[in-house]
Amino acid sequence: MAYSEKVIDHYQHPKNVGTLDKSKNNVGTGLVGAPECGDVMRLQIEVDEATGVIRDAKFKTFGCGSAIASSSLATEWLKGKSVEDAVKIDNMTIVEELNLPPVKIHCSVLAEDAIKAAINDYRKKNGLEELQFEESAIH
Amino acid sequence: MNMLKLPIYLDHNATTPCDPRVVEAMVPYFTNAFGNAASRNHPFGWQAEEAVDIAREQVAKLIGADPKEIIFTSGATEGDNLAIKGVYEMYASKGNHIITCNIEHKAVLDTCRHLEKEGAEITYLNVKPNGLIDLAQLEAAIKPSTILIAIMYANNEIGTVMPIPEISAIARTHGVLVFTDGVQAVGKIPVDVKNDGIDLMAFTAHKMYGPKGVGALYVRRKNPRVKVTAQIDGGGHERGMRSGTLNVPGIVGFGKACEICMQEMEADAKRIGLLRDKLENALLKIEESYLNGDKESRLPHVSNISFKYVEGEGLMMGFNKNIALSSGSACTSASLEPSYVLKALGLGDDLAHSSLRFGLGRFTTEEQIDYTIEQVTNTVNKLREMSPLWEMFKEGIDINTIEWAHH
Repeated sequence: MAYSEKVIDHYQHPKNVGTLDKSKNNVGTGLVGAPECGDVMRLQIEVDEATGVIRDAKFKTFGCGSAIASSSLATEWLKGKSVEDAVKIDNMTIVEELNLPPVKIHCSVLAEDAIKAAINDYRKKNGLEELQFEESAIH
Repeated sequence: MNMLKLPIYLDHNATTPCDPRVVEAMVPYFTNAFGNAASRNHPFGWQAEEAVDIAREQVAKLIGADPKEIIFTSGATEGDNLAIKGVYEMYASKGNHIITCNIEHKAVLDTCRHLEKEGAEITYLNVKPNGLIDLAQLEAAIKPSTILIAIMYANNEIGTVMPIPEISAIARTHGVLVFTDGVQAVGKIPVDVKNDGIDLMAFTAHKMYGPKGVGALYVRRKNPRVKVTAQIDGGGHERGMRSGTLNVPGIVGFGKACEICMQEMEADAKRIGLLRDKLENALLKIEESYLNGDKESRLPHVSNISFKYVEGEGLMMGFNKNIALSSGSACTSASLEPSYVLKALGLGDDLAHSSLRFGLGRFTTEEQIDYTIEQVTNTVNKLREMSPLWEMFKEGIDINTIEWAHH
């Protein structure tokens, strides 16, 4: 199975690899997946408290090329978005952007889950109610 | 290094290229000498039959068998099926119990599963953490209804070599037949059916620099005389055990491949073994990398290594345009289950997902190995910088204590 050019590009030149200071109140961390499943994604957002806009986003991923590309793309999309808009990122837009084949859709689901987990972590730290999400269809 | 031609092939357990000498031997049998080896009444048939006879001798010689003990097949999957199903049917009056192990090739495991549905009782022995079977456990599993022990000669994923002579010695004292899937071993290390006490053995040409689509099943004719029930009916070829017009060019190529292995196997194994050791020693110097399977009882050309905290498929993507090899990870399969062989060794899923299998071959060069060491090392390091698990490990966090959301 050949990878799409966009997946290869993100794999070779991943955007926003790194770690944000999770002790800070305006940093939200989402850690999803499991080593047993061959995918673990950690996605972090740093929110500008005055504007509610995501100032920075970082990821680290253990997984295949599609998982790395999905999380790299997610961090690109998160930067500059308001937290409210970030919640709306749908895994299928990641699938379309990266031309992921059906067997790799779970990678995009994982990225969506990581975004939501990071946002909820941020909300929890700031005394906001955690958002309830429907269970993802494909796991 | 500028002489290096890419891509490099290091997946010789999957298949091997045809040796040019093999192709050369085959060519006339596609065109001029195209006869059917079963045509007894004209020169075209005689020519084909003679070519098959020579090949049968070459194949038999490589494994220390008599030519009459060689049944040509389409490959090892057919050989595995014919041996196991054929013995099960032929010896039905004696019993219905077969002993095998949990790291066999799917062609053996799925054949056994098939027979279970037809009333066979199968014991799947667990291997030890080094990938070898426990002989005491094997002997304890034998009962009056046992008719066959089916244990592979060498494993395709980790290259470990099973103690076949010891297995057959045990089998003999209990009057049980021994079948071995010899696909990975024949042509790579000395295999002698007489010395090893093997009753049936399947092997194939394309794993030893011969063509695809042709293989053989060895069936012992003396002490004891073994019989199998045919699984393909028809014109009664191969002494009635395998009907179907013989693949003459393929068989000629198979014979030639065996002859070359006979002459060059020892020197090849020595040279390739040194390259394998160079590769393995360099890669095991990488922090948190582990060799899978027994280090000693092993084929000379295989190395299976897990690079903890990086995922195998992601790792291969770093160089798979230039280096062809296999991973025990199965991120592309629907089940997402990693290699059952590695799991049978007791490896955690994380290590099984992090494995690469290096399979060297006759045409592997030192330049290729140097390039591979460099590429794999660089990619492991790069991916670990990206791995949250590596970061946790470096911070002293035990990832087994984390409650993962299981998918």
